[in-house]
Amino acid sequence: MISKMTITNIHVIDQDSAYDFYVNKLGFKLVDDIPMGPGTRWLTVSPPDQPDLQLVLFPVRVSKMFPKEVAESLIDLIKKGVFGCGVLTCKDIFATYEELKAKGVEFIKAPTKEFYGTEALFKDDSGNYFSLQPINNFDNENNI
Amino acid sequence: MTTEQYPKVYLYRRIVQAKLYIDKNYSEKIDLDNISDEAHFSKFHFIRLFKSIYGKTPHQYLTKVRIEKAKQLLEQGNMISAVCNLVGYDSLSTFSGLFTKAVGKSPNQYASDFRQRKKNIQEKPLAFVPKCYAFMHGWSENSNFEEVKK
Repeated sequence: MISKMTITNIHVIDQDSAYDFYVNKLGFKLVDDIPMGPGTRWLTVSPPDQPDLQLVLFPVRVSKMFPKEVAESLIDLIKKGVFGCGVLTCKDIFATYEELKAKGVEFIKAPTKEFYGTEALFKDDSGNYFSLQPINNFDNENNI
Repeated sequence: MTTEQYPKVYLYRRIVQAKLYIDKNYSEKIDLDNISDEAHFSKFHFIRLFKSIYGKTPHQYLTKVRIEKAKQLLEQGNMISAVCNLVGYDSLSTFSGLFTKAVGKSPNQYASDFRQRKKNIQEKPLAFVPKCYAFMHGWSENSNFEEVKK
Protein backbone atom coordinates (compact mmCIF):
# COMPACT_ATOMS: atom_id res chain seq x y z
CA MET A 1 0.00 0.00 0.00
CA ILE A 2 1.39 3.39 -0.97
CA SER A 3 1.61 5.64 2.07
CA LYS A 4 2.55 9.09 0.77
CA MET A 5 4.22 11.19 -1.89
CA THR A 6 7.76 12.12 -0.87
CA ILE A 7 9.38 13.68 -3.90
CA THR A 8 7.96 15.13 -7.08
CA ASN A 9 9.42 17.10 -9.97
CA ILE A 10 8.72 20.58 -11.21
CA HIS A 11 10.46 20.93 -14.55
CA VAL A 12 12.03 24.37 -14.70
CA ILE A 13 13.98 26.26 -17.31
CA ASP A 14 16.42 28.09 -15.03
CA GLN A 15 17.27 26.87 -11.52
CA ASP A 16 18.49 30.26 -10.23
CA SER A 17 15.28 31.91 -11.30
CA ALA A 18 13.22 29.00 -9.94
CA TYR A 19 14.98 29.29 -6.59
CA ASP A 20 14.05 32.96 -6.39
CA PHE A 21 10.46 32.26 -7.37
CA TYR A 22 9.75 29.32 -5.08
CA VAL A 23 11.77 30.48 -2.06
CA ASN A 24 11.54 34.28 -2.15
CA LYS A 25 8.12 34.74 -3.72
CA LEU A 26 6.08 31.66 -2.80
CA GLY A 27 7.82 31.29 0.57
CA PHE A 28 8.73 27.63 0.14
CA LYS A 29 11.48 26.26 2.37
CA LEU A 30 14.78 25.36 0.81
CA VAL A 31 15.58 21.74 1.61
CA ASP A 32 18.74 21.07 -0.39
CA ASP A 33 20.85 23.08 -2.79
CA ILE A 34 23.80 20.84 -3.56
CA PRO A 35 26.12 21.52 -6.49
CA MET A 36 26.60 18.28 -8.41
CA GLY A 37 29.20 19.46 -10.86
CA PRO A 38 29.45 22.33 -13.30
CA GLY A 39 26.03 23.82 -13.99
CA THR A 40 24.12 21.14 -12.12
CA ARG A 41 22.43 21.36 -8.72
CA TRP A 42 20.26 19.10 -6.63
CA LEU A 43 17.70 21.77 -5.72
CA THR A 44 14.65 20.87 -3.65
CA VAL A 45 12.06 22.90 -1.76
CA SER A 46 9.05 22.12 0.42
CA PRO A 47 5.74 23.91 0.93
CA PRO A 48 5.99 25.79 4.26
CA ASP A 49 3.68 23.46 6.20
CA GLN A 50 4.62 20.25 4.40
CA PRO A 51 8.27 19.50 5.16
CA ASP A 52 7.96 15.85 4.19
CA LEU A 53 7.18 16.64 0.54
CA GLN A 54 10.13 17.74 -1.56
CA LEU A 55 9.65 19.42 -4.91
CA VAL A 56 12.69 18.91 -7.10
CA LEU A 57 13.25 22.02 -9.20
CA PHE A 58 14.39 19.91 -12.08
CA PRO A 59 16.20 21.73 -14.87
CA VAL A 60 15.31 20.82 -18.42
CA ARG A 61 18.50 20.74 -20.39
CA VAL A 62 20.14 18.44 -22.88
CA SER A 63 21.33 15.49 -20.83
CA LYS A 64 21.19 11.73 -20.48
CA MET A 65 17.53 12.17 -19.55
CA PHE A 66 16.57 14.69 -22.19
CA PRO A 67 17.93 14.28 -25.73
CA LYS A 68 18.19 17.58 -27.58
CA GLU A 69 14.83 17.38 -29.36
CA VAL A 70 13.07 16.30 -26.17
CA ALA A 71 14.61 19.14 -24.14
CA GLU A 72 13.67 21.69 -26.79
CA SER A 73 10.09 20.42 -27.04
CA LEU A 74 9.69 20.32 -23.28
CA ILE A 75 11.03 23.86 -22.82
CA ASP A 76 8.69 25.08 -25.54
CA LEU A 77 5.66 23.45 -23.88
CA ILE A 78 6.61 24.77 -20.43
CA LYS A 79 6.92 28.30 -21.81
CA LYS A 80 3.54 27.95 -23.49
CA GLY A 81 1.97 27.20 -20.12
CA VAL A 82 0.79 23.71 -21.02
CA PHE A 83 1.67 22.07 -17.72
CA GLY A 84 -0.45 22.37 -14.61
CA CYS A 85 1.59 21.24 -11.63
CA GLY A 86 -1.12 20.83 -9.01
CA VAL A 87 -3.18 22.57 -6.39
CA LEU A 88 -1.59 24.67 -3.66
CA THR A 89 -3.73 25.45 -0.65
CA CYS A 90 -3.72 28.39 1.72
CA LYS A 91 -5.64 29.61 4.73
CA ASP A 92 -6.95 32.72 3.03
CA ILE A 93 -6.97 32.90 -0.76
CA PHE A 94 -7.64 36.65 -0.98
CA ALA A 95 -4.75 37.59 1.29
CA THR A 96 -2.46 35.10 -0.44
CA TYR A 97 -3.50 36.45 -3.83
CA GLU A 98 -2.79 40.04 -2.77
CA GLU A 99 0.57 39.13 -1.28
CA LEU A 100 1.78 37.11 -4.26
CA LYS A 101 0.57 39.78 -6.65
CA ALA A 102 2.49 42.39 -4.63
CA LYS A 103 5.60 40.20 -5.01
CA GLY A 104 5.20 40.13 -8.78
CA VAL A 105 3.66 36.69 -9.26
CA GLU A 106 1.72 36.52 -12.52
CA PHE A 107 -1.87 35.39 -12.09
CA ILE A 108 -3.79 34.04 -15.06
CA LYS A 109 -6.99 33.96 -13.03
CA ALA A 110 -7.89 36.11 -10.03
CA PRO A 111 -9.78 34.43 -7.15
CA THR A 112 -12.99 33.28 -8.77
CA LYS A 113 -15.95 31.49 -7.31
CA GLU A 114 -16.43 28.18 -9.12
CA PHE A 115 -18.92 25.40 -8.38
CA TYR A 116 -16.15 23.57 -6.50
CA GLY A 117 -15.05 26.59 -4.48
CA THR A 118 -12.89 29.66 -4.92
CA GLU A 119 -9.83 29.30 -7.13
CA ALA A 120 -7.03 31.41 -8.61
CA LEU A 121 -4.40 30.35 -11.13
CA PHE A 122 -0.82 31.58 -11.31
CA LYS A 123 2.30 30.79 -13.30
CA ASP A 124 5.77 30.11 -12.02
CA ASP A 125 8.83 31.79 -13.54
CA SER A 126 9.16 29.03 -16.15
CA GLY A 127 5.52 28.92 -17.27
CA ASN A 128 4.15 26.03 -15.20
CA TYR A 129 0.83 26.89 -13.64
CA PHE A 130 -0.72 26.11 -10.27
CA SER A 131 -4.21 26.28 -8.90
CA LEU A 132 -4.45 28.21 -5.64
CA GLN A 133 -7.39 27.32 -3.42
CA PRO A 134 -8.37 27.89 0.20
CA ILE A 135 -7.93 24.81 2.34
CA ASN A 136 -11.63 24.79 3.15
CA ASN A 137 -12.42 23.98 -0.49
CA PHE A 138 -11.35 20.49 0.54
CA ASP A 139 -13.14 20.36 3.88
CA ASN A 140 -16.47 19.51 2.33
CA GLU A 141 -17.25 15.85 2.93
CA ASN A 142 -18.74 15.70 -0.57
CA ASN A 143 -15.21 16.07 -1.92
CA ILE A 144 -14.05 12.88 -0.26
CA MET B 1 -16.07 37.73 -9.41
CA THR B 2 -13.13 39.90 -10.44
CA THR B 3 -10.21 41.03 -8.34
CA GLU B 4 -11.86 44.22 -7.25
CA GLN B 5 -15.14 42.57 -6.35
CA TYR B 6 -14.22 40.14 -3.65
CA PRO B 7 -15.43 41.13 -0.22
CA LYS B 8 -13.50 43.81 1.64
CA VAL B 9 -10.58 43.91 -0.78
CA TYR B 10 -9.33 47.13 0.82
CA LEU B 11 -9.09 45.38 4.19
CA TYR B 12 -7.11 42.54 2.71
CA ARG B 13 -4.71 44.91 1.03
CA ARG B 14 -4.05 46.81 4.24
CA ILE B 15 -3.42 43.66 6.24
CA VAL B 16 -1.19 42.20 3.52
CA GLN B 17 0.81 45.44 3.42
CA ALA B 18 1.27 45.21 7.19
CA LYS B 19 2.47 41.61 6.83
CA LEU B 20 4.92 42.62 4.07
CA TYR B 21 6.12 45.49 6.28
CA ILE B 22 6.97 42.98 9.00
CA ASP B 23 8.71 40.72 6.45
CA LYS B 24 10.89 43.63 5.37
CA ASN B 25 11.55 45.36 8.68
CA TYR B 26 11.87 42.43 11.10
CA SER B 27 15.35 43.62 12.10
CA GLU B 28 14.06 46.98 13.30
CA LYS B 29 12.31 47.83 16.54
CA ILE B 30 8.87 47.29 15.08
CA ASP B 31 6.12 48.98 17.01
CA LEU B 32 2.91 47.14 16.26
CA ASP B 33 0.93 50.19 17.35
CA ASN B 34 2.48 52.09 14.45
CA ILE B 35 1.65 49.34 12.00
CA SER B 36 -1.98 49.31 13.04
CA ASP B 37 -2.08 53.11 12.82
CA GLU B 38 -0.58 53.06 9.33
CA ALA B 39 -3.09 50.44 8.30
CA HIS B 40 -5.82 52.75 9.64
CA PHE B 41 -7.10 50.22 12.13
CA SER B 42 -7.53 50.26 15.85
CA LYS B 43 -4.91 48.01 17.43
CA PHE B 44 -7.54 45.52 18.55
CA HIS B 45 -9.22 45.36 15.14
CA PHE B 46 -5.84 45.01 13.40
CA ILE B 47 -4.74 42.14 15.60
CA ARG B 48 -8.06 40.35 15.14
CA LEU B 49 -8.01 40.68 11.35
CA PHE B 50 -4.33 39.75 11.09
CA LYS B 51 -4.88 36.62 13.15
CA SER B 52 -7.96 35.63 11.19
CA ILE B 53 -5.91 35.72 7.97
CA TYR B 54 -2.53 34.39 9.10
CA GLY B 55 -3.45 32.31 12.13
CA LYS B 56 -1.02 34.27 14.32
CA THR B 57 -1.06 37.65 15.99
CA PRO B 58 1.26 40.24 14.40
CA HIS B 59 3.64 39.79 17.34
CA GLN B 60 3.67 35.99 16.97
CA TYR B 61 4.23 36.40 13.24
CA LEU B 62 7.11 38.83 13.79
CA THR B 63 8.76 36.31 16.11
CA LYS B 64 8.35 33.59 13.51
CA VAL B 65 9.94 35.76 10.80
CA ARG B 66 12.85 36.65 13.08
CA ILE B 67 13.52 33.02 14.00
CA GLU B 68 13.44 31.91 10.36
CA LYS B 69 15.85 34.70 9.45
CA ALA B 70 18.06 33.77 12.40
CA LYS B 71 18.29 30.22 11.07
CA GLN B 72 19.50 31.54 7.72
CA LEU B 73 22.05 33.81 9.36
CA LEU B 74 23.37 30.98 11.52
CA GLU B 75 23.64 28.79 8.41
CA GLN B 76 25.76 31.54 6.84
CA GLY B 77 28.19 31.25 9.74
CA ASN B 78 27.32 34.41 11.69
CA MET B 79 28.04 34.57 15.41
CA ILE B 80 25.04 34.00 17.63
CA SER B 81 25.37 37.41 19.31
CA ALA B 82 25.44 39.09 15.90
CA VAL B 83 22.44 37.10 14.73
CA CYS B 84 20.55 38.13 17.84
CA ASN B 85 21.03 41.81 16.96
CA LEU B 86 20.50 41.32 13.24
CA VAL B 87 17.02 39.94 13.80
CA GLY B 88 15.99 42.72 16.15
CA TYR B 89 16.60 41.40 19.67
CA ASP B 90 18.62 43.22 22.33
CA SER B 91 18.74 40.35 24.76
CA LEU B 92 20.70 37.22 23.88
CA SER B 93 18.83 35.19 26.50
CA THR B 94 15.46 36.28 25.11
CA PHE B 95 16.59 35.41 21.60
CA SER B 96 18.05 32.05 22.62
CA GLY B 97 14.92 31.16 24.57
CA LEU B 98 12.58 32.02 21.70
CA PHE B 99 14.81 30.24 19.18
CA THR B 100 15.04 27.08 21.26
CA LYS B 101 11.31 27.02 21.87
CA ALA B 102 10.53 27.46 18.16
CA VAL B 103 13.22 25.26 16.62
CA GLY B 104 13.63 22.61 19.29
CA LYS B 105 17.35 23.19 19.71
CA SER B 106 19.54 26.08 20.82
CA PRO B 107 21.07 28.48 18.28
CA ASN B 108 24.47 26.99 19.07
CA GLN B 109 23.27 23.45 18.48
CA TYR B 110 21.45 24.49 15.32
CA ALA B 111 24.60 26.09 13.91
CA SER B 112 26.70 23.10 14.90
CA ASP B 113 24.27 20.61 13.30
CA PHE B 114 24.16 22.71 10.14
CA ARG B 115 27.97 22.82 9.91
CA GLN B 116 28.15 19.06 10.34
CA ARG B 117 25.55 18.46 7.63
CA LYS B 118 27.36 20.82 5.30
CA LYS B 119 30.60 18.94 5.95
CA ASN B 120 28.87 15.64 5.25
CA ILE B 121 27.46 17.04 1.99
CA GLN B 122 30.91 18.21 0.92
CA GLU B 123 32.38 14.81 1.66
CA LYS B 124 29.60 12.70 0.17
CA PRO B 125 27.13 14.75 -1.86
CA LEU B 126 25.52 11.68 -3.38
CA ALA B 127 24.44 10.50 0.05
CA PHE B 128 21.95 13.39 0.05
CA VAL B 129 20.41 12.65 -3.33
CA PRO B 130 17.97 9.79 -3.93
CA LYS B 131 19.82 7.08 -5.83
CA CYS B 132 17.20 6.99 -8.58
CA TYR B 133 17.81 10.67 -9.38
CA ALA B 134 21.58 10.25 -9.24
CA PHE B 135 21.28 7.38 -11.70
CA MET B 136 19.03 9.36 -14.07
CA HIS B 137 21.45 12.28 -14.06
CA GLY B 138 24.45 10.06 -14.49
CA TRP B 139 25.91 11.23 -11.19
CA SER B 140 28.22 8.64 -9.71
CA GLU B 141 30.84 8.33 -7.01
CA ASN B 142 33.40 9.02 -9.72
CA SER B 143 31.78 12.28 -10.80
CA ASN B 144 33.72 15.48 -10.33
CA PHE B 145 31.90 17.54 -7.70
CA GLU B 146 34.55 20.22 -7.43
CA GLU B 147 31.94 22.93 -6.90
CA VAL B 148 30.72 21.15 -3.79
CA LYS B 149 34.12 21.38 -2.16
CA LYS B 150 34.06 25.16 -2.17
